[in-house]
Parts: sequence; C-alpha cells; structure tokens
Amino acid sequence: MRLRRTFALATATVLALGLAACGGDDDDTSAPPVATGTQFPAGSTMAALNTAQSIKIGVKYDQPGVGFLNPETNENEGLDIEIAKIVAGALGIPEDKIEWVETVSANREPFLQAGTVDIVVASYSITDERREVVGQAGPYYLTGQQLLVREADKDRITGPDQLSGIKVCSVTGSTSIERVEQDYGAQPVPFATYTECVQQLLNNSVDAVTTDGSILLGYAAQQPDDLEVVGDAFSEERYGIGYKHADTAMCEFLNETLTKAFTDGTWKTAFDNTLGQSGAEAPQPPTLDPCT
Amino acid sequence: MSSVLYDVPGPRGRRRTLIWSAVSTIVFAGLVALVLWQLASTGQFEADKWEPFTRPGIQRGILRALAATLRAAVLAIILSLVWGALLCVGRLSERWWLRYPAGLVIEFFRAVPLVLLILFVFFGFTNSFENLGDRLEDTLPPSLANLLAVDQLGTLAPLVVALMLYNGAVLAEIFRAGIHAVPRGQSEAAYALGLRKSQVLRLILIPQATRIMLPAIVSQSVVVLKDTALGFVIAYLELVRQGQLIYNQFRNIIPTAIVVATIYVAVNMTVSLLATWLEARQSRRYGRQAVAAAEAAIPEATAF
Amino acid sequence: MDVLLANLDGILAGFRTTLSMFAISGLMSLILGTVLAAMRVSPIPILRATGTGYVTVIRNTPLVVMFVLIVFGLPEVGIRPSFFVRAVLALTLYTAAFVCEAVRSGINAVQPGQAEAARSLGMTFGQTLGLIVLPQALRSVVPPLVSILIALTKNTAVAEVFGVTDAAYELHNLIRDHPQAVYALFFGVAAGYIAITLTIAGLGRLLERRLVVIR
Repeated sequence: MRLRRTFALATATVLALGLAACGGDDDDTSAPPVATGTQFPAGSTMAALNTAQSIKIGVKYDQPGVGFLNPETNENEGLDIEIAKIVAGALGIPEDKIEWVETVSANREPFLQAGTVDIVVASYSITDERREVVGQAGPYYLTGQQLLVREADKDRITGPDQLSGIKVCSVTGSTSIERVEQDYGAQPVPFATYTECVQQLLNNSVDAVTTDGSILLGYAAQQPDDLEVVGDAFSEERYGIGYKHADTAMCEFLNETLTKAFTDGTWKTAFDNTLGQSGAEAPQPPTLDPCT
Repeated sequence: MSSVLYDVPGPRGRRRTLIWSAVSTIVFAGLVALVLWQLASTGQFEADKWEPFTRPGIQRGILRALAATLRAAVLAIILSLVWGALLCVGRLSERWWLRYPAGLVIEFFRAVPLVLLILFVFFGFTNSFENLGDRLEDTLPPSLANLLAVDQLGTLAPLVVALMLYNGAVLAEIFRAGIHAVPRGQSEAAYALGLRKSQVLRLILIPQATRIMLPAIVSQSVVVLKDTALGFVIAYLELVRQGQLIYNQFRNIIPTAIVVATIYVAVNMTVSLLATWLEARQSRRYGRQAVAAAEAAIPEATAF
Repeated sequence: MDVLLANLDGILAGFRTTLSMFAISGLMSLILGTVLAAMRVSPIPILRATGTGYVTVIRNTPLVVMFVLIVFGLPEVGIRPSFFVRAVLALTLYTAAFVCEAVRSGINAVQPGQAEAARSLGMTFGQTLGLIVLPQALRSVVPPLVSILIALTKNTAVAEVFGVTDAAYELHNLIRDHPQAVYALFFGVAAGYIAITLTIAGLGRLLERRLVVIR
C-alpha cells in the first residue's frame, strides 16, 4: 500500500513552488472539448444524459486546488472540476449545463444511490467498501495521507511515527483524523475545514495537519516559507469518479474518457490549470482499474 | 426598580460613584485597547484582510447567504408554530394516551443538542429530501422554486426539520404556559356557559393566550435565526458557511468573523426590537403587572 | 445496537469531556452572569452601560460566531490555552449574558418594599443587593436558570468543530464509519444527553422546593 516515494517527492518539490491564489486563474483558453454527434448505446445512462443535455455533478466546495467554490466569482474551480468538465464534454454536454452540487464527504454515497447526482468527482478515494455500494472508475489522480507542519518542526516531525501525543488537526468526521488517532497515537483536534486547521497550525495551537497530500500541498504552496509537507504518504488515496452502482456501461465510458484525456493532453492541461498553477510539472497519469 | 436599590447620592456618594466610574473606565478601556493593539500587531487590521469585503462579488455572496439564513429561519418558524401547536394540544389533552407521549416528545427534543439532531436528519433522510427537491423543481413555477431554494433542499430540509422539531417543542411549552396564564375566570365562565373544551380553547383561551405569548414567540424566533448558523455542519450555504468559504480563500478569519457577527447582531436586534415594541404595546393595553405576570409564567421568555 | 456497545468507551470518554465542559462553564457563567446583573442595576453609569452593551451584543450573536472569535482570536492576542479551555471560555461568555438577564428579572421581581426597607436602614447599594435583594432574587430564578443550564449542556456539542473531542465528535465519527447504524447511534448518544438534562432538571426542582418561601 505504499506510494512510490519518487512520485511523492516529485509532486512535493514540484508543487512547493507556490500555488497562485487558490487556483483563481480561469481556463477559458482550454475549456474541454464538447463532443458532438457521438452515439451512445441506447438506454445507457450516457444516452439519457446526452439527450437531457444536463448533468448533476457532486463536487467539493472547500478544498483549494481540488474542488473549490470561489466565493467571489461563484464559480467552481479545481482539478476535480476540470475532470468533471472533461467527462461532461465527452457526454456532449456544455459547461454551462452542468449543475454543481456540493457533496461533503459523508453524502457522496447517499447522493449517488438516490440519484441526486449523476457522478461524483470530489476527492473521492476508491475503496472496496465503497465499491460495494457505488461504482468508482479511475483512478484519475494518486495521493495519500500526509502531514503538514511548520517549517521549524520539519526535522522534529518527519512522519507519522513521531505523532504520539502530538496535537494533529483534521476535519471532523474524516478518515484522516481517525487514522492518526488510532494508528499513530496522536491527539486529535477536529475542526470544520482544513483552512481552520492550517490557521491553528500557524498560530502554534496544533503541531500538524493531516489529510490527502494534494490538499496539503495546496496550502504549503501558498506559504512555502512557513509550512512544509513531510513524510511519505501513509495511506493510499486513489481519486476516482463515482457513479451509480453496477452501471458497467458508464464505467467503460468513464475509463474510455479518462484514457483519452490521459493521452490527448487534456488531463495534463487540467492539472496544469489547477494544482499545477505554480508552474509545476504534471505527474504521469495513473493506470486505470479495469471495470468489473 | 434599580433606582430603588440606591438613594440619590450625597457628596460622599457622588465621590464614590466618580471613583468607581473612573476605575472601571480605565479597566475596560485598557482591556479593549490591549486587545485591539494585539490584534493589530498580528495584522488583523491590515487592509488586505478587509479589502475582500469591498468587492461586489463577495458582497453578493454574503447577501445570498443572508437570504439563505432568512429562508431557513422563516420556514423553520412557520413549521415549528404548527408543530408546536399540535404538540401543545396533545399535551393539554385529557386523554392520557395523548398527554404522556406528547410530553415525552417535547422533553426529548428539548434535551437533544441541535447539532446532533441536524446530523441525524441529514444522514438519515437527505436523499429523500433531494428527491423531493427535484420533484418540486419540476412542478413549481421557477420563481417559487427559486425562493424556496428547492435545489438546495437536501441540506435546507434537514436544517429546517431539525429546527422545527426542537423549536416546536419549546413553543409547545410556551403555548401551554400562555394558556395557563389566561386568568382562570375566563375558562370557568366559558365552561359555566356550557361550552365544550375544544370551544373553550378555540374561542376563549387561544385568542387571549396569543396576545400574552407574542413576545416570547418573537424571542424564540431570534433563537431560530441564531440556530440556523449550525447549518454549516451539513454545508448548507448560510452566513457562517459563506464566511468559511471567504476565509478559505482570503485567510482572514477574524475580519470575516467580525463581519458575520455584525450582520447577525443587526438582524437579530431588529427582530428583538419587534419583541420589545410588542411588549410595550401590551403594557399600554393591559397594564405592566399583567404583562410581568405573563412573562413570569413563561420561563422560556429568556430566550436562548 | 452492537455498534453502540462496541464503541461504548469512546462514547463515554466523550461524555466525560462534555460533562467537564458543562460543569466548569456552568459554574463560571453563573458567577459572571450574577456580576453582570449587579453591574446592570448599579448606580454607576459606566458599569450599567457596559453590562447592557455586553448582554445585547452577546445575546444576538450565534454561539458559533463566539467560538470562532475566541478559538481563532485568542492566539492572535498572544494567549494559546488548550482547545478545551477556549471552548469553556466561549461557552461561559455566551451563557453569562443569559444568566444575567434571568437574574436581573429576578431582581426586578423582588418586592420593592424589601429594597426600600434596606435603604431606610441606611444600607449601601452593595449591602442592599448582596444581603437583601440577591438572595431573594436567586430563589425565584431557579426555573429559568435550569433552562439556561440545559441549553448550555446542548451548546457544548458545538465544540466538536472547534477542536474538542466530546460526545458529539464521537457520534460524528461513528456515523461516518457505520452509516447503517444511524438510528441506534443517534438515540444512544441522545440518551446520554437526556440523562444529563433530566438530572439537571431534577436537581432544579429539588432546589426550588427547598427554597420556596411559604407566604
């Protein structure tokens, strides 16, 4: 379950160059293409969505660089958003017909099961338990749980093994906070958002913040002199696209779309416009899981 | 009453008052100055932390969130008035099999933290609400659908339902105290005239009780308004959540908190002023003693 | 149901935190609230104004916003107590405003003759308040104070998103892990809160009975 160290290091160094103000720059010049005249198998979800010319996509609103609702422009931005737009484009649905729905971690499965959203692209880690209730295609991005510490502590806390008794902050109800408490003996400090955690880290009230490395890197890149992401990933998070359970046709369609995006450069563009805004290099696209 | 506690001060009294005033002014002003100075030294008053609030996009976002807060509050108040009335009727019933369950329900919802109630309704029922929202979106005219924010029903409904359950229980107790506060002679006379219980309730007690309870109901509405802030735990986009999104982007937690607090205080004070005006109007009509007695009968008048 | 039993120690640990938050903030807010009430009826205009201003602002601010200001504001002014202490502080400052109003209405409910008699005996404001009025006032404010303390018990749950691992935090985690057991988990933890609330209400009634003055 260990992430390749080279991958983690590469992403770390490369993204630590500083993320520009929370992915603010937009991507007018590289909107994903909208497919026209594609034929979808009759009766498939894709055909239905294409005919309806609208799609509901579950995303995060509060993770900078990954899935974020800009409170000023009221636009969604981030890697997940770009991937979602690629999928919608492949369905022949233009960007303005996408209905974005905020899915906090807990309601991703319920929303998919009830049909509240058609797909979920919300830092949605692929797990076997989840695959029993919903479908997950991908992964489209690899990351893992890591630690964010103050610059001064980067030699004292180099990884999860030094966390015993240390105050570690994460979001209430997240798997990250449970893992550091139960597996590494840390003292959990729950807050409502990651930004609040980072704030408590900066004002010395906690000594580490933990969640997916992708999210931490966004914060570290904003303040490279004060914050540092340390340690190998001690979990593996493979971000996937959630869809309704047992919809094999949808799975194959998503895999096709992702493969195309990996090879024709749109995935790289998506990365470059969001997590890579600092000028970082996009990593290699991951290998897709087969549809079962 | 406070003037009864102390005499018009003589020369020594005046000197004491002066000394106390001077000391307290120095202490309070000193504290405030200390806090402000410390805040300034950590850069809380820097322009770049406050500048975002001058941007029209941000301001629109805040107004949208305020509308969301008011929407949740109004829906919750209306629904809890209905639910509270139902519970109260049950509680006042002569049939024990209505009375005891109603009492239990009231005590249950008054004892459970609102945060947990919101989480429970959310995790248990959010899909059903989203589906309901979709169907409403298709059937209602667009203006009404927009007003009710049916697209956010998955998060709005759990918040409103939780608020309704809790506030309904509190209101049920207020209604009950209000009905008991109506002078006994009224109901006695009504019964003597041969009216049935439901008629007594409907024609005699409720109209009078309503007048007595109105300030308490309005105070409770302020509580509902404040409690909508808890919607942020299920990511309903009201003022606190909007504040979170803002400081996620601009990293200005303290300025955002101050702005949000000011908006809440302004809105709530306006509603409270309504309550005070109502109370004053009733004092003029029914005399201060009656109003004070009614208020004393309704302990929940000290709303929280 | 088994989920509930399997995780009982975690839940109980959470309730221990909840109870300590409640006990400490309850006591402190009763004291601070009474002081504020005294300020509001005192002959010194500055104290009256400060008391009124404090109560008006706090009563109209949501508890969540108070928490944000304390939990994030204290480090900015240089103090970094534990999150538990910050939560207790926020809860105390918030609840004291309501205690103040309850005690003040109690003071107003004491018969004016009592204060007049005290004054005619030459007692100062402090003596009048402390020896004659407040003891009688406190007797009549037991029911509203009980309601306020019950509200405080429930308000402690807000601390779960401000760094405190209390009973609500444990519930939130468990619901995430076992979404199929939502009902059992919720009612189980609710039962804990209800137990606390009923105890407070019961103690309140006992106190009332002991303090009632047969006229």
